[in-house]
Amino acid sequence: MKALNILSPLLLAAILLGAWQWAIGHWQVPPYVLPAPSAIARAFVGNFGPLMAALASTLTVTLQAFLAATLLGTATAVLFSQSRLLERMLYPYAVILQVTPVVAVAPLILIWVGFERINLALTIVATIVAFFPILAGAALGLKSADFNLVELMRLYGASRWQILWRVRLPTALPYLLAGMKTAGGLALIGAVVAEFVAGSGTATGLAWRIVESGNRLEIATLFAALALLALAGVVIFAALSWLEWALLRRWHESALN
Amino acid sequence: MIALSGVGKRFAGGVEALRDLSFAVADGEFVSLLGPSGCGKSTALRIAAGLLRADAGTVARASEAIGFVFQDATLMPWADALANARLPLDLKGMPRAEANQRAAAALARVGLSGFEKAVPRELSGGMRMRVSLARALAAKPKLLLLDEPFAALDEITRWRLGDDLRRLWREDGLTVLFVTHSVGESAFLSSRVLVIGPRPGAVTADIALADGRDTRLSPATIAAQAAISAALTIADAA
Repeated sequence: MKALNILSPLLLAAILLGAWQWAIGHWQVPPYVLPAPSAIARAFVGNFGPLMAALASTLTVTLQAFLAATLLGTATAVLFSQSRLLERMLYPYAVILQVTPVVAVAPLILIWVGFERINLALTIVATIVAFFPILAGAALGLKSADFNLVELMRLYGASRWQILWRVRLPTALPYLLAGMKTAGGLALIGAVVAEFVAGSGTATGLAWRIVESGNRLEIATLFAALALLALAGVVIFAALSWLEWALLRRWHESALN
Repeated sequence: MIALSGVGKRFAGGVEALRDLSFAVADGEFVSLLGPSGCGKSTALRIAAGLLRADAGTVARASEAIGFVFQDATLMPWADALANARLPLDLKGMPRAEANQRAAAALARVGLSGFEKAVPRELSGGMRMRVSLARALAAKPKLLLLDEPFAALDEITRWRLGDDLRRLWREDGLTVLFVTHSVGESAFLSSRVLVIGPRPGAVTADIALADGRDTRLSPATIAAQAAISAALTIADAA
């Protein structure tokens, strides 16, 4: 069963790539329109060093943004859980931050932070994108604590802090992890969007590689960079799914099977 | 030990749960609060515990050493049985080694030796309720308050837990206030039964039960059931 789960998508990939390869040769499609898989593989090997450097750059921004969003989102949710007033005051702004298209905000952030600190600027943009699911997940989780359990804690003389630490935060963990799974992908998207906005010359990540390859009509390299981005997204999702399973498997229904 | 006098409670929605409720429980008594669903008996228990404030009347408690058991086990699903039973001790700041020892002893007293490392999901409903009972006992309470603790369990499990509760009450010389809607349970377990009438709740009958109720089928137990049932019928008719 497990082997089938892994083998069947791989089999499909092999069939599709084979058909793609065959179609390019059969209809003589020019490589600047659609390169063959073999050409993409050659471009990947030929540009391995620069592509890996670009991947490292994008992943650094993504990871920093993801961690910042997790910390800030959780901290904000904890603040909200401690004060209804603060929640009412700040929540609309969190929503505004979420619904405003990041592409529209990014140029402003780049100008304010400055192109000489491009990585910081990219990280801020990606953090804004990844922030909301963490906040929403953690805030819902902190509110979901068993009412009777909280009452019992109070009966035994627990402080606010003890109730937060011992009951509310553990209750929030599954919700937070679900938010983190969404935020991981969003951080990557945010990093890529920010690189696009920053344009070539300053940013050095995969998005910049894609823009540059497009400008030079090196479509095979563009595809290689695109494939790397997709792979990075999948790896991030898989890593967070594993983390969720590892933390919840003993006690939470979502981690059964 | 604990006395409520003239207690009234109205909820925000306008529902009057209790009106002029008065009763006292002496040291070492096992008192059942018996009544139909929605009569306010759980509200009375919460007020007795200090979880809820009464609108009118007074509550006098001799001791703050309270154990409370809810209808659901109300455990921390992420923590094992030992950590759950240890909760009141952790909150008091007791050193970990001593707290572990006492929590393990409490688990042993409810028949859960060997299950210290099991999380709630790995335990049956009855076992979860036992952990909840062990948590209440770990704090070495003088007063044990239980809010329909066996209502969600099957009958066989309910009987076993009832036997255990009666044994623990006698061994520890506890004072127990037990909310239930089961005539059979109150007749077998308690030393006194307070019948609570329909909302707004107040005591409509105060029945002291005779000795000799050694099993659920002892003649004295059956007689107690009959007396309690009669009092309930009168309360309903009123």
